[in-house]
Formats: sequence, C-alpha cells, structure tokens
Amino acid sequence: MSADTPLVKEPDAQAGPAATAGELIRFDRVTKRFGDHTVLDRLDFSVDAGKHVTLIGPSGSGKTTILRLLMTLAEPDEGTITVAGQQLFPAGEKQIREIRKNIGMVFQQFNLFPNMKVLRNITEAPVTVLGLSKDEAEQRARELLDLVGLSDHLDKYPGQLSGGQQQRVAIARALAMRPQVLLLDEVTSALDPELVAGVLDVLRDIARTTDITMLCVTHEMNFARDISDEVLMFDSGRVIEAGSPEKIFSTPEHTRTREFLSAVL
Amino acid sequence: MTWDWGAVRDFMPHFWDGLLVTLQALALGSLISFALGLVWALLMQTPGLPHARTNSRGWYPLVRWPVGIVTEFIRDTPLLVQLFFLFYVLPEWGLTFSALTTGVVAIGLHYSTYTMQVYRAGIEAVPTGQWEAATALSLPPTRTWTAVILPQAIRRVVPALGNYVIAILKDTPVLMAITVLDMLGEARLFSQQHFQFTEPLTVIGVAFVLISYPASLLLRALERRLVR
Repeated sequence: MSADTPLVKEPDAQAGPAATAGELIRFDRVTKRFGDHTVLDRLDFSVDAGKHVTLIGPSGSGKTTILRLLMTLAEPDEGTITVAGQQLFPAGEKQIREIRKNIGMVFQQFNLFPNMKVLRNITEAPVTVLGLSKDEAEQRARELLDLVGLSDHLDKYPGQLSGGQQQRVAIARALAMRPQVLLLDEVTSALDPELVAGVLDVLRDIARTTDITMLCVTHEMNFARDISDEVLMFDSGRVIEAGSPEKIFSTPEHTRTREFLSAVL
Repeated sequence: MTWDWGAVRDFMPHFWDGLLVTLQALALGSLISFALGLVWALLMQTPGLPHARTNSRGWYPLVRWPVGIVTEFIRDTPLLVQLFFLFYVLPEWGLTFSALTTGVVAIGLHYSTYTMQVYRAGIEAVPTGQWEAATALSLPPTRTWTAVILPQAIRRVVPALGNYVIAILKDTPVLMAITVLDMLGEARLFSQQHFQFTEPLTVIGVAFVLISYPASLLLRALERRLVR
C-alpha cells in the first residue's frame, strides 16, 4: 500500500450505497457446497446501508458461510454477491481488496495476533493498509479501546487477557479500519458465560451510536431482539422467514422458526 | 596406557586452532542453513489462505517442483558425498573456494534441507484464524507473512532449529575429509606426529561436550520462554 491510497475512503464509500438506493449488500441465487453438502441453496437476500441484520437458525444452516463469503474467506459455487454495487466474485485482486477495506469481521475465536501487543493489533492494519501515521492510528486505537473499556490494557499481549477482553480488542481492531459493514460471527460463543454480557454491551453501544451496517450471526436471542432491524431465519441454506425482531420472536409464522425459537429461548 | 599431561599441554595450541575452525564452521554453517532453509520453505509455499490454496494454479508449480526435487536430493544423499562433490568437482568447472568455505557451504546447504521442514511445520502450525484475521483486515500478503505468520512460526521452531545447531556441531568433523583442520583434524594430525592418541582425542571429546551441553541447556531455557 502506498501514498496513493486515501487515508479514509469516504468518497468511495458514499458513492456505492447511494448508487444502489440504500442497498449495500446483495446475494443473488448464491449457492455454496462443501463436497456433497449444500450449505447455501440459491440464496437471495439484501441488506440496506446502516441496518442491523441478525441471522439465526440451527447450526450448519449456512449463516457463518454468508459472513465468510462477504469477507472473501470463501468463494460461492454459483450466484453473485455485490457489495456497494461492486461484484465480489469474480473480481480482480485489486477490486477485492478495495471491497474488503469496507468490511470488518469479528471472529468466534477472536483471532488476535498473539505476537503483537493490544495497541499494535489495532494499529497494524490502519497503518499498513490505510496509510495512517503511527500517531493517528494510535490515537484512533486509544479512542476505540476506551469505547470497549480496555484503556488500561493496551500494553499487554492478547495471551494476558481474558476471552471477553480479547474479543473486545478484536471488535476495536475491526472498527479501527472504519468499515461500512461489520460482520459478527458468533462472537460470544467461545466465551465463558460471565464474560458474554461485557462483549454484548459493547456491541449494543456500537449499534446505537454508529451508522455501521451490521450482519450478526448469534445464538443470543435477547441481544438479537435488542439490536436488530431485521432478523433472518435460516434453515438448510435458505431464508425461510424474515422480518422485524418483534414479528420473528413474538409471532413467527414458519413451523421451523417456532421449533427453533422454543429450543433456544 | 598411561595419561600424559605433557601431551595435553603440547596439543593445546593446536587444539585452540582447531576449536576456532570448528566454531567458524558451526556458526556459518548454521546461519546458512537457517537462512537458506527459510528461503526453501517460502518457495514451497503457495500464497493465500491455507484452505484456498491450490497447488496447480499459476506459476507456483514451476517453482515448487525444482525446489522440491533439489532439496529432496540433497536430503537423501550423505553430507560426505556432497562435500567431496563440492570440493573435487566444482574446481573442474572453474569454481575454486578454500576448503573451509566449501565445507561451510556444504554443511549449510545440507542442513537447510532439514531446517526447511522445520520452518514448514512452524508455518503450518499457525492457526488458519490468523490468516483469516489478516485477510479480514486487508493486510497485503507480504505484510501478512512478515508481521503475522513468520513471527509466530519462527517462535515455534526456535527449539527445533537449535537442535540442528547441535547436530551441525557434531557433523563438523567431516570437514577433515577435505583437509580442513577442525578440532578432529588437529587431533589426528597431532596423534600421527607424536603417536599419542588418547590425550588429543579425549581433549576434543570433552570440548564437544562442553560446547553442546550448555547449548542444549540454553535451548531448553529458550524453549520455555518462547513456546507458550
């Protein structure tokens, strides 16, 4: 990355969604198979800019795969995925990199870089990818660590933190890139129960105070109800029911949705 | 058989000469094997996410194939044979180096085919999640390697690399075969001139222990610090 990379890619970021009238992410007949197993089956759905969408459903129903496709960690077998009007597959390496910069992801297993201190985990990408100066990046990192309540820990290695703390650093790390879209992949599933609330509180905060688009795979139904504009219920690689959290959680129409909710609530 | 301290005293000046050569061969041979092994290991890698890597795409097979064949060949032939080859055959092609240089290169080359396996294991032991996090943060491939993957991989393999330092130390006497006067070379020369074998051979035996035992202690300490 060189000096021709803009510091923050605002113009680009605004051109995209405006051109597609609020729609930021679109899946068009997307199919993904692993061997004989069809994880996503001609999936269609779209997400408008600024919305918080939660994906629920039984394990193996393809929710995580959707996030991985968006993050270009996997490729679809068929169909098209567009982000801000730009097609993801097939796309040149350069175009993929541009789209990726607008998307941040938080993983179930945190995936912090264990060889870097907390501060550098957060500043690494803003410095090397966005071209921020070290000072700017550290300033940004300190603000974010403040937001996630970890200002005292910036000089520690990830291994010295609890799982909940690590996950909050991972959230800060993703936000430091100022992405338009934040993908949350079962971010509390690997945490001890008493650490879950702290992470969810941070995410509620972010959902309330930013206009970032969130795609969230979670089994925390109360959290989903709190932050979501829309809930998508998945089963066998398809969306079987979609709607506001009130509708999905209070008056689900589909039998599978009712079964699933009664099992997890 | 009697022990003659006089012979020990007479041998010591030669011993120091030999020790210096052995340590030079050890240090340079290790450095070459560490550096070259990393180069081999990286050339054998296909860039990109581990689960998205394919062996058959692009120009990578054109690099992997020759590197794989050459390193396999070197690993499967004896160091002594390689040493003779470099020492006696290269000059026929007009490439002449000192015996010690030839020896150091041979040792470094030979052991690089082992250290490459160590690096490979270290690289593969870095969890896939690290690659994915680097991708999610849009880190370019070079940066992913230098800032994320290699620091973690190398940290893991330091103890294994250290074991090769000790192995190299114990292989330095093969240099005697191409006229290099390492510790063993000096001991043999002294023995043949004075018909006293016990003292010089014992001295260098003790010297090998005095070098490798503290080295292995150091390694174990390093292992405790690095591998968490």
